[in-house]
Amino acid sequence: MRTIFFILQKEFLQIFRNRSMLPIIFVVPVVQLLVLSFAANYEIKNLTVDIIDQDGSTWSRQLRDKLLASDYFSLYRQTYDPKEAYNDLAMDRADLVLTIPPHFERDLVREDEASLQMMVNAINGSKAGLAAGYASSIIGSFNRQIRLDWLALDEDNGPARIAVDFRYWYNPDMNYKYFMVPGILGVLVTLIGGFLSGMNIVKEKEMGTIEQLNVTPIRKFHFITGKLLPFWIIALFELAFGLLVGKLVFGLPVVGNIGWVFLYAAVYLLAILGLGLLISTFTDTQQQSMFISWFFLIIFILMGGLFTPVESMPEWAQQITLFNPAAYFIKVIRMVMLKGSGWEDIRYYFGIMFVFAAVINGVAIWNYRKTV
Amino acid sequence: MQPIVVQHIHKSFGSVKALHDISFTVEEGELFGLIGPDGAGKSTLFRILATLLLADKGNAYVNGSDVVKDYRSVRRHVGYMPGRFSLYQDLTIAENLNFFATIFSTSVEENYELIRDIYEQIAPFKDRPAGKLSGGMKQKLALCCALVHKPRVLFLDEPTTGVDPVSRQEFWEMLKRLKSKGIPILVSTPYMDEAMLCDKVALIQKGEIMQINTPAAIVAGFGRQVWAVRAKNMYHLLKDIRAFEGTHSCFAFGEFLHVTLDTDESALQKYLRPLQHEDLVIRPAQPGIEDSFMQLMLEQNETT
Repeated sequence: MRTIFFILQKEFLQIFRNRSMLPIIFVVPVVQLLVLSFAANYEIKNLTVDIIDQDGSTWSRQLRDKLLASDYFSLYRQTYDPKEAYNDLAMDRADLVLTIPPHFERDLVREDEASLQMMVNAINGSKAGLAAGYASSIIGSFNRQIRLDWLALDEDNGPARIAVDFRYWYNPDMNYKYFMVPGILGVLVTLIGGFLSGMNIVKEKEMGTIEQLNVTPIRKFHFITGKLLPFWIIALFELAFGLLVGKLVFGLPVVGNIGWVFLYAAVYLLAILGLGLLISTFTDTQQQSMFISWFFLIIFILMGGLFTPVESMPEWAQQITLFNPAAYFIKVIRMVMLKGSGWEDIRYYFGIMFVFAAVINGVAIWNYRKTV
Repeated sequence: MQPIVVQHIHKSFGSVKALHDISFTVEEGELFGLIGPDGAGKSTLFRILATLLLADKGNAYVNGSDVVKDYRSVRRHVGYMPGRFSLYQDLTIAENLNFFATIFSTSVEENYELIRDIYEQIAPFKDRPAGKLSGGMKQKLALCCALVHKPRVLFLDEPTTGVDPVSRQEFWEMLKRLKSKGIPILVSTPYMDEAMLCDKVALIQKGEIMQINTPAAIVAGFGRQVWAVRAKNMYHLLKDIRAFEGTHSCFAFGEFLHVTLDTDESALQKYLRPLQHEDLVIRPAQPGIEDSFMQLMLEQNETT
């Protein structure tokens, strides 16, 4: 035990002497939380729209005004010439082109039916989806309105219609920061816990110090514990620090018991530290280790439900996320903080994480034993 | 008990034979030198003795402990200084030393007597990170760290490579003092002049030991007269002498060529005269250990 203590002492000395370490611990979380939480915005405003109004009737104008009255759209150009509008779309100046064909009003009155054409610039998939969604719902409500107007019905007497009213549970204002912040914290914890620790072990190989260290009474068990424990502690500290920033800056709600978040993080870190150890057994230089870590980190983030929900992935991708420990961590941290989940709800995920930790560490230690 | 016993060690890396049938013993209080060029297999041998590498065949004992079966005991009682500087560059001299003392469950104070001479030389810089030290100071620090747990055997792998001549000399002075304290030392070096400072040397080349003896005996065993030859254009001289059929060997040694002959010296004189070398000097020279090494290398190359 004393040996581990001395290794820990040395590790902390080195970690805090490392010029890039303190910024990583204190600056990175603040910057990531502030920048990413504000920038990774799912609400899209100021979509530019070109309207080709070939009808020029009262209704077509009403439709246009209704579209532009919302916050979402601003008019870039109104024209009669489709070519001009297509050109705007091609040049990325317009996100959406709405074509109101000639005789729109007449057809609507005579045939009871008229069609509109909407073209969306889908270079940015999620923006396109939102633009189409917003526009459709505005057109839909316009449609209802003219039916009422035209049939001159009063609203209570009109044909039956279904009005959908909805509420966002657990995040009533749909404040995306509330679910982004826990996710970003998950990434940070993963970064520090898994990848810095792996690089730290490889550094001993790269600098040759392991050669000297191995000709001492230090056992592999001492060495591994001494190497990983500091990052376990730093990552948990990082989580606390990040939560504090989240609380102070965004008023992050913590509905459940924050203790579960830390307990889960503690177990999650065991798995992630094991991954760092595993990577270190395969690599000889910090550069190699960094590239492999980066590969895992990207997969963990993109398939972890941070930016896009796991449920909307294709079936095969969802299967892959079952093996992504970061996905469970992000899920649990959101569950506890936003929904107030307790032991009953998350114990299943605890079980999974314990299995992860056991398997990854088992493989890592087995592989490490073969090295000198 | 002999502190280091090496018996028929073989080691290959793939198809490359790094060590072939290496056997020797080091006696109590002996300074034993492994002399050979880069790539001769010296570091591989050190790594086997330091329990960092497993030999393919053969046994080795350090303080009577088998380096494979009792590797824990070996690790506890040897001081090992790898060829490459292997201390923490971001820790200071004092921190490095303390760390290595504590992991051996001892303290710098406890064994200060042993390292005092060396440590005092670097003590003024004790708060400087090891990475910012000069080559000579790094070596002194590494030696301190290898000694701080009072090892029973010392392994030094090329301790003076990349160190200036003055520091090299100082370093060997330190080794002599350590030897006088009764610590057997196994040291490797590519420098022939350092070989003379050892009690006993093994000349090693291409993974094989060519000769083991005291440096004096090795020099004495060199049976031929050596001629030191010099002229203005050394390159042409070397080529001409090598082309002479009476030449046994000819190597460049500093500002002279060392030449051994199968004929007598006058034949060489006669051969060189018409070639018109300016400032030609031919004079007898004392053979050194380097001459022996070159000779043995030549013989080894002829047999393989």
